[in-house]
Amino acid sequence: MVEWTECERATIKDIFAKLDYDSVGPAALSRCLVVYPWTQRYFSKFGNLYNAAAIMGNPNVAKHGKIILHDLERGVKNMDNLKETYADLSVLHSEKLHVDPDNFKLISDCLTIVVASRMGKAFTGEVQAALQKFLAAVVSALGRQYH
Amino acid sequence: MTSLTAKDKEAVKAIWAIVSGKKDDIGTDAVARMLTVYPQTRTYFSHWKDLSPTSPAVRKHGVTVMAGVADAVSKIDDLKGGLLALSELHAFTLRVDPANFKILSHCILVVMAIMFPKEFTPEIHVAMDKFLAAVALALAEKYR
Repeated sequence: MVEWTECERATIKDIFAKLDYDSVGPAALSRCLVVYPWTQRYFSKFGNLYNAAAIMGNPNVAKHGKIILHDLERGVKNMDNLKETYADLSVLHSEKLHVDPDNFKLISDCLTIVVASRMGKAFTGEVQAALQKFLAAVVSALGRQYH
Repeated sequence: MTSLTAKDKEAVKAIWAIVSGKKDDIGTDAVARMLTVYPQTRTYFSHWKDLSPTSPAVRKHGVTVMAGVADAVSKIDDLKGGLLALSELHAFTLRVDPANFKILSHCILVVMAIMFPKEFTPEIHVAMDKFLAAVALALAEKYR
């Protein structure tokens, strides 16, 4: 299980308290689809993903981005029990959606970049370290039910 | 990975024109951040007395790294040839594990997002990511 310092807990809660989920979620997912275009393979039913402008304006992408951020919030509220928190989602991504778990790292990196751009100078090395540790722990929990 | 398209090169040159004035600050923050977020990278700097973000050694190294990136931008049409000397340095003298190029590249991108949030669009992001990956590949050229 992941050990969290008090400082890391406070930092994670602080990051998410300040985030506009409904803006950051869509920004992160659409950035992922542009920067790592092979991830589009999982969104063939989302409509027009033909170019960056189409992706950034796609309402299905936006909707799904918001869902992802709200689901991350569950992890923020259950940092000591990520495995159980994400067990159902892990099964969903593995059995139904067939997502290669390596992709979770890609969207994590895009989310880090978007959070960095929103937080500006407040996104110090320590804050980045805490966020990346949290996202890595979520990614690990999401990969747990794969076999 | 994939080679740089004409569109990628245009995007890199365009963003470089915007950020190059701050390249020393970018490099300093990227190196400082790397040492904080990825503590294993500190193993390459055991000869430094001070590894804190404000240390002169960190700033000097950040400046050095970004001078290399600037050089790479100017040689974007032939990175392997243009960065030959740097590749030999990294291969025979520094022997930095190439996995660390990806780490530092990520930190550079994060700093660019912090300092230039409006300009660091997804299209610029993908071009810079590809460019830094191509630079890393050129740097690892002489490893074996």
